[in-house]
Amino acid sequence: MRERLENTRRNWPALCAFCLLLLLWWGLCASGLVPSYMLPSPQSVFLAFVNDFPTLMYHASISAQEAVYGLLIGVALAFVMAAVMDRFQVMERAIFPLMVVTQTIPTIAIAPVLVLWMGFGMAPKITLVVITTFFPVAVGLLEGFKEVDPDEINLLRSMRASRRQIFFHVKLPSTLPQFFAGLKISASYAVVGAVISEWLGGFEGLGVYMTRVKKAYAFDKMFAVIILIVIVSLLLMGLVDFLRRIAMPWNHVQEKNAAEQGRHVRM
Amino acid sequence: MTTSGKNNAALCLSAEHVTKIYGGRTIIRDISVHLDEGELVSLLGLSGSGKTTLFQILSGLSVPDEGRVLLKGEEMTGQPGRVGYMLQKDLLLPHKKVIDNVSLPMVLRGVKKEEARRAAEPYFAEFGLDGTQLQYPSQLSGGMRQRAALLRTYLAAEGVALLDEPFSALDMITKGQMHAWYQDVMERIRLSTLLITHDVDEAILLSDRIYLLTGSPGEIRHELQIRPPRSGRKDFNLTPAFLDYKREILEILEKRG
Repeated sequence: MRERLENTRRNWPALCAFCLLLLLWWGLCASGLVPSYMLPSPQSVFLAFVNDFPTLMYHASISAQEAVYGLLIGVALAFVMAAVMDRFQVMERAIFPLMVVTQTIPTIAIAPVLVLWMGFGMAPKITLVVITTFFPVAVGLLEGFKEVDPDEINLLRSMRASRRQIFFHVKLPSTLPQFFAGLKISASYAVVGAVISEWLGGFEGLGVYMTRVKKAYAFDKMFAVIILIVIVSLLLMGLVDFLRRIAMPWNHVQEKNAAEQGRHVRM
Repeated sequence: MTTSGKNNAALCLSAEHVTKIYGGRTIIRDISVHLDEGELVSLLGLSGSGKTTLFQILSGLSVPDEGRVLLKGEEMTGQPGRVGYMLQKDLLLPHKKVIDNVSLPMVLRGVKKEEARRAAEPYFAEFGLDGTQLQYPSQLSGGMRQRAALLRTYLAAEGVALLDEPFSALDMITKGQMHAWYQDVMERIRLSTLLITHDVDEAILLSDRIYLLTGSPGEIRHELQIRPPRSGRKDFNLTPAFLDYKREILEILEKRG
């Protein structure tokens, strides 16, 4: 309860800024400064959202599935690669530059190729999401592995721990903060990645729907889709945060300690 | 049997003629030390005299270029996992609850988590840690964390512990309290201990015997028995006898330093 109150107090500036922006948008449209075919008013976007709700939900569920599957595969891939690169220095030197190169390939350029190879179904979309999401997670994990205190590893060695035990008792848990930081970025990439790949070929999903309404010049509907994409992304990021709290209960305790100390100082 | 000698106590851990060369430089040369059952022995030396190198060899983490390490008469050169090893940093894993940190050595030996917890539980009261079992290390004070680390070392050891400057990161008052507490707890648990320190007072206050390790490469220059029994050393550091020991040690250290 108290925590919730604390949260509201911390979030009110963001809430105010958001409301102010909404008001500005409404004012611009209502005053006629910007014609409605260029910028639909907030009310009309809201109406489009409500009227199209079932269609939007259908397409959103497709995009969300692609994003989540892609993210899961991406994380699994990142995990394996980071573990291998951590274990064998040679592998790091061999793979890491290639990994960086994959990130410089423009998504827009590769999506049509993937469609060509894999057809118009979910496969090329999921592949694209995997390509965009594995990188932040892999880098986070790899950095985390490197930052483990060597004395902690020595301590476990002095207790005759095996390599596997050292990995699971020390390395993996201490890399979790970086892992979740990377995962949060990846989660935000995932939905966008799915939508972009849908633009470039497919029959369903928010990206497909978006190109359709754009061609019909239904900008209110288009804005409704954009807002939905934002909502789906935020939900996914929220889910990551939720998982982080569950996976790292000790971190929560530390944050609470720090917050309490901070409060004392300010008083 | 609070003071011990070779005659009336069993030999516990010993290093024989140990030499370590690191990148062409001799760090320690021909060092022989021994620790008897239930004894507390300090290795006192200035920084750079190779104290930590010797400890790594004694713990089995590092292999000496010459010489060997014996545990209860059995060779254990280069075999970690036989003796407890505690560093200045408490190295409690932040993601494990205190009880899981403490019972980690057992878990690593293959004991089930719940069983290891049960086995560690009775020691919490003994070590003044009751009530912290399910807390995380970040919730403990510095002194408490050192105690928890010491308990973990105790549970890792086959009755032998190597402590590498365990109290040197604490403030003076906490350190004094830890010394008093440590003397008290050692009376009961009888852990054979080899202690590294650069604090002369600490060495005299806590030890049965002191080795002076000096020079570069480090060598054992002197061995010193502290006469009064460990159990009766309350306020020992305020007596003339204590100062005599201190003078003797400082003279040797300054002469050879």
